[in-house]
Amino acid sequence: MAERATGRIGAGIGLALLLAPALLWITLLIVLPHVDLAILSFRERVGARQYAPSLAQYATFFREPLYWHVFLRTAVMSVLATALTLLVSFPIAWVIAKIARGRSGSFLFVACLVPFWVSETVRTLGWMILLRQSGVLPALLVRLGLTAAPPELLYHDATILLGLVYTSMLFMLIPLVSSLESLDDSLIEAAYDLGAGGGTILRTIVVPHAAPGITAGCIIVFMLTLGNYLTPTLLGGKNSQWFTEQIYTQFITRFNWEQGAAFGFLLLALSTALVILGLRATGQRFGEVMQRS
Amino acid sequence: MRKIFGLAALCLCLTGVDGALAASSKLRIITWADYVPPDLVADFKKETGIDVEVTLSNNEEMISKLRATGGAGYDLAQPSQDRIVSVQREFGVYKPIDYSKVKLGQFQPALLDVVKRNATLDGQVYALPYLWGTDGLVVNTRIAHVGDYLDLCRPELRGKTSMRLRRPLLMGFAFGMGKDPFALYGQPAAYQALMDEVGARLIACKPNVKFYYDNKDQLLNGFRSGEVAAAMMWDTGGWKLNRENPDIQYVVPRSGALGWIDTFALPARGRNDAAAYAWINFVMRPANAARVIRSVGSFSAAVGTGPFTDPKLKAQFAASFPDAALRAIHWYPAIPPGLEEMEGKVLDRVKAAN
Repeated sequence: MAERATGRIGAGIGLALLLAPALLWITLLIVLPHVDLAILSFRERVGARQYAPSLAQYATFFREPLYWHVFLRTAVMSVLATALTLLVSFPIAWVIAKIARGRSGSFLFVACLVPFWVSETVRTLGWMILLRQSGVLPALLVRLGLTAAPPELLYHDATILLGLVYTSMLFMLIPLVSSLESLDDSLIEAAYDLGAGGGTILRTIVVPHAAPGITAGCIIVFMLTLGNYLTPTLLGGKNSQWFTEQIYTQFITRFNWEQGAAFGFLLLALSTALVILGLRATGQRFGEVMQRS
Repeated sequence: MRKIFGLAALCLCLTGVDGALAASSKLRIITWADYVPPDLVADFKKETGIDVEVTLSNNEEMISKLRATGGAGYDLAQPSQDRIVSVQREFGVYKPIDYSKVKLGQFQPALLDVVKRNATLDGQVYALPYLWGTDGLVVNTRIAHVGDYLDLCRPELRGKTSMRLRRPLLMGFAFGMGKDPFALYGQPAAYQALMDEVGARLIACKPNVKFYYDNKDQLLNGFRSGEVAAAMMWDTGGWKLNRENPDIQYVVPRSGALGWIDTFALPARGRNDAAAYAWINFVMRPANAARVIRSVGSFSAAVGTGPFTDPKLKAQFAASFPDAALRAIHWYPAIPPGLEEMEGKVLDRVKAAN
């Protein structure tokens, strides 16, 4: 009896030790800073080195149309980027999982992975070299006689979307490929035998089977996009504003940590709300999605 | 295998000890690009045995980093003179400078006075001048004719100009519109009205902007590739481009260039003040100051650099700044609290406008 109890205590200690690094990580690096930021966001400067609790930071966000315009813009563009990433990645994932199996499948997969061996900054600068007015692509267009003067392809919203889709494609591919691989080919063959067309098969067999993968990919890509700082800042034009840029500005160039913290929480709320909404709309559950993909 | 591990551990121990010993003779400077030339660092090490560790930054980042640590992490900082008093009042990230430890004879008295006046809080001085320069206009004279800030908005320059969305742009446009923003520093309501007016003008000017630059190389490359024909820019950047392409010139705006002075300031919790003072006295020696000028291209607050200075730079300076233009420079006064917040919102609106 006593032996068993010590055994259980031993197991408990073992479990605690195993969990300790993860728990320490979460508490020290995620929970504590967020608590600190939350406190910051609910105060207001009333004089030199004097602060009072207040809701002023959040009020500013709603009163100043500029800020929520940027906020909505970021949200809409992120949703758009996620949808585009899904559209582009799905055929690629299908090819990797179903058509080019074995060696050539893994070769294609590695080919998608290779760009990620260099840092995001370098990849984005690569796009800038290709797209800028004196860059490779505009020169090619002129050479081909399609335009008289080199067009400016950089600094448009479409350029931002291109960059975002490019940076996040891999994170959509991985869950998609793994969920498509588990789809039994005989189901599709049977459907064909029973006279179903391509569209029907996609709608009634492939998409429902891949749904957890699609949802997981969308969640990851959406969060990466919403929180991206580099791509919108470098590729975006003079009108482009991304909400993360606004947070950086508040913290670093305006010395207004209170406002920056409030913006940070608003962004967190936005991403949480949209993810929950997406899960509801597709009738999925977060835990299940993350487990199955 | 074990031997190798033992050896590695020994090495780690040794470097650890070494690091601990060296900590007392290490000077950590947070500063702008090119402000601390590597060859001077080597000479300083030879002379004093002190290692210099440089972190590159800009005004805002410098202040934000010091604020985050309460003034720890660095032994010497180099913010602009107008950004010291308000920051000190608000965040307390600096400690006063002990003028008795500085060879004041090495500084130009006029610049020393300006900085003293603008960086004094409660009877204590927080800064010494290091380098100065001006913001004005850089123009590719073959493509564009620009003589004042507002000329950047001329219709023929559509999509061919660049600006930096920071406070100097607001000041430049205000002066270009015939107003004196510095005179309104003490009247928040009037200042707000002026900034709103400047913001509206900048929004109207936006079709002319190719991009708002955020770093030096982005702008220099814009000029080199011919994508940018005119920009609001600092003097030495213009002179640098001028050496590469004589068509590109630094133009002092008719309504006056904007003069900045970057300083030495001691972070409140710096660990090595002695080394900081030693560096200040070392780097302001005429011969050393001249080497800094060559590295960064801006002007030094040191006296007696004349005989060491590059004649080309001297000629460029003399061509850009006849006596009248030199007298018309607007020097930034210390910023009172609250103004930067107003300016920030105006800049945000400009950036977001379509």
